[in-house]
Amino acid sequence: MEDSRIEECEHDNSNTQEDAQVEESEQNNKDMEVAPALISVHPTQNSVAVAVGSDLRVFDLLDNCAVTLVDESGGASHNDSIRCIKYGTNGKLFVSAGDDKLVKVWSTDCWRCISTVISEKRVSAVAISNDGLHVCFADKFGVVWVVDLPGFDGTEAPLNKKAAPLLAHYCSIITSLEFSPDGRFIVSADRDFKIRVTVFPTKPLNGAHEIQSFCLGHTEFVSCLAFISAPDSPQGFLVSGGGDSTVRMWDIISGTLLDTCEVGAKVELIESDATEANCLTITDICTIPDCNLIAVAIQSLRGIMLLTCDLPSRTLSVTKVVSITGENFVPTSLGSSISGGLLWMVTGASKLRGSDISSLSRVKAVSGFNKSSPGAPEQEPVVLIDTEIPGGAKLLEKLQGSMSIDEKVFLAAADAVKTAMCNLLIKKQYTDEKREFRKRTRNDKKNTQ
Amino acid sequence: MLQNKGNPTINKSTGLPRKRFYRARAHSNPLSDSHFPVPLSPSHVDYSQHYPQLFPAADQTGTYKKIQFADIGCGFGGLLISLSTLFPETLMIGMELRDKVTEYVKERILGLRVANPGRYQNVSVVRTNSMKYIPNYFEKGQLSKMFFLFPDPHFKEKNHRRRVISPQLLDEYAYVLQVGGIIYTITDVEELGEWMKSCLQNHLMFEPLSQKELEADPVVKLLSTATEEGQKVARNGGQTFQVVYRRITPAS
Repeated sequence: MEDSRIEECEHDNSNTQEDAQVEESEQNNKDMEVAPALISVHPTQNSVAVAVGSDLRVFDLLDNCAVTLVDESGGASHNDSIRCIKYGTNGKLFVSAGDDKLVKVWSTDCWRCISTVISEKRVSAVAISNDGLHVCFADKFGVVWVVDLPGFDGTEAPLNKKAAPLLAHYCSIITSLEFSPDGRFIVSADRDFKIRVTVFPTKPLNGAHEIQSFCLGHTEFVSCLAFISAPDSPQGFLVSGGGDSTVRMWDIISGTLLDTCEVGAKVELIESDATEANCLTITDICTIPDCNLIAVAIQSLRGIMLLTCDLPSRTLSVTKVVSITGENFVPTSLGSSISGGLLWMVTGASKLRGSDISSLSRVKAVSGFNKSSPGAPEQEPVVLIDTEIPGGAKLLEKLQGSMSIDEKVFLAAADAVKTAMCNLLIKKQYTDEKREFRKRTRNDKKNTQ
Repeated sequence: MLQNKGNPTINKSTGLPRKRFYRARAHSNPLSDSHFPVPLSPSHVDYSQHYPQLFPAADQTGTYKKIQFADIGCGFGGLLISLSTLFPETLMIGMELRDKVTEYVKERILGLRVANPGRYQNVSVVRTNSMKYIPNYFEKGQLSKMFFLFPDPHFKEKNHRRRVISPQLLDEYAYVLQVGGIIYTITDVEELGEWMKSCLQNHLMFEPLSQKELEADPVVKLLSTATEEGQKVARNGGQTFQVVYRRITPAS
């Protein structure tokens, strides 16, 4: 082995290149571990939940106090970054899941964990059926699992159920799972630009085999999904955001693309530092009920963009940009309730490299959305100041972890989340040379040692 | 394209490609994110590129005919070539993951088109990963026949998820097949044959063809005789296991 030192420099160069490659992939792995802060709001705004890293924080707006989660499995409820949280539409259940491969179902009355489901892989998306009887979760290998929850009042001992496979996107990371408003369909989006609409069967534990349609049109990974309710269409209209900087509207029955909104281009006009046309990913979308408005969070945008959905013409258009002034706030997650009339936003991240402050988040809210009732006075959406937010200082203290945090940290957080998303979801394009080089280090042979 | 006067890869007298210049490993990893273009949606599939005589213009609106047969993992194209003359009015396509093998099939089709004017215009091949991109190529209920001949057995249990027939992938195949469409599978590996049979049996959108129907179907005989793989098995005196099912409307 020592004789190889005398060999040409070429050999040394290739070693450095390999080392650099290994370092690069380790770096990428660490970057991918950064988890964005998430927010979710109870359907009738009884409570608001924020997840940062492994920390799940809930504030009860009815009793105006912080919630203590009761989890009989002992210790912190989650052991690793939470990647998805959601309230069920009937308001009784809440689900959280993530990198610790645990899916936890909580009762929103007493905030007890009523069921913990073990997943084989890290979980990337969750959804609760509208009737509250099933919880679905998707893993990073593209399998969507389902577990059934018989109706219960939260006083029984927690169940540890085993999930059954529901459907799969072959070897693709599933980024979002949503049920249609009428509960007939479950929609799953993946990083291979695809959206699949599947009929949700009466016996989901046997699998969902009937595909209704594929919504194809995104030219990059699909990052988020939301439904707009429509009076004459029980399945509603689907809107999706993607890594291609567009928000698209679909008819899920036929899979037809109804309209595309080039949102990224508009951001470039606003934000001076959004110079890279790539990676202006749509981070999150959220429909604001009763007013056909869709709130869109986009990388680099300090605020949100509001799109109007015109149902008769089935088109989307940018109505307004709500900028957040006075602080660097790029939302990482959005949430709204059916009745509260507010749009909630959070920014933050966990496990930032080089930062010893972990689990930071900043919560804000926007009010003043024009209800679609004719004759109602025109309202302007306005970003609420801290004291105007329901729950006020107590809520912010609980959900943020502290009242005031250094702004620079939030920009770093938003940046880290952006990089993490890119590394995870955008397929790396290698040059032919690099691909050949990578194949050299591939080891198909049996260990001859 | 075929002016290969000095090109040893094409046999000068027949105009057909020489297999030894297109050798590739039998196995290809379907999990790897390979480098090939994928159509954004079925309406983006370029029929004029695949069937130039039938679709001279690149403009797609009002494509009067659509692809109806798909050979998944078509290998060196044996089945497609036989089907092309058996069903001259039907458009068919082969999907293959391996680059060199796809090139071979392309050259083979081109050679046959030149040697037999007017024939083989209805068959083509595309390099793609059919486990990920079938919905990109075919609309709902578009296909009337799908073929899975001698698929990779992926013997190790941990690799079973790479098998081209699986309970989850059958959802997608059921989606692109019309009601009444037929899925043909054959293998020389008994365990794989049992696996495919059990997947299809347990899937509510498929039912088996009766013995009578199998005997009446001219395509069934081709499964074991038309492909290079099938011929090799016959030469070695091996046994084949056939599983043929029909796509049905599930009873709800």
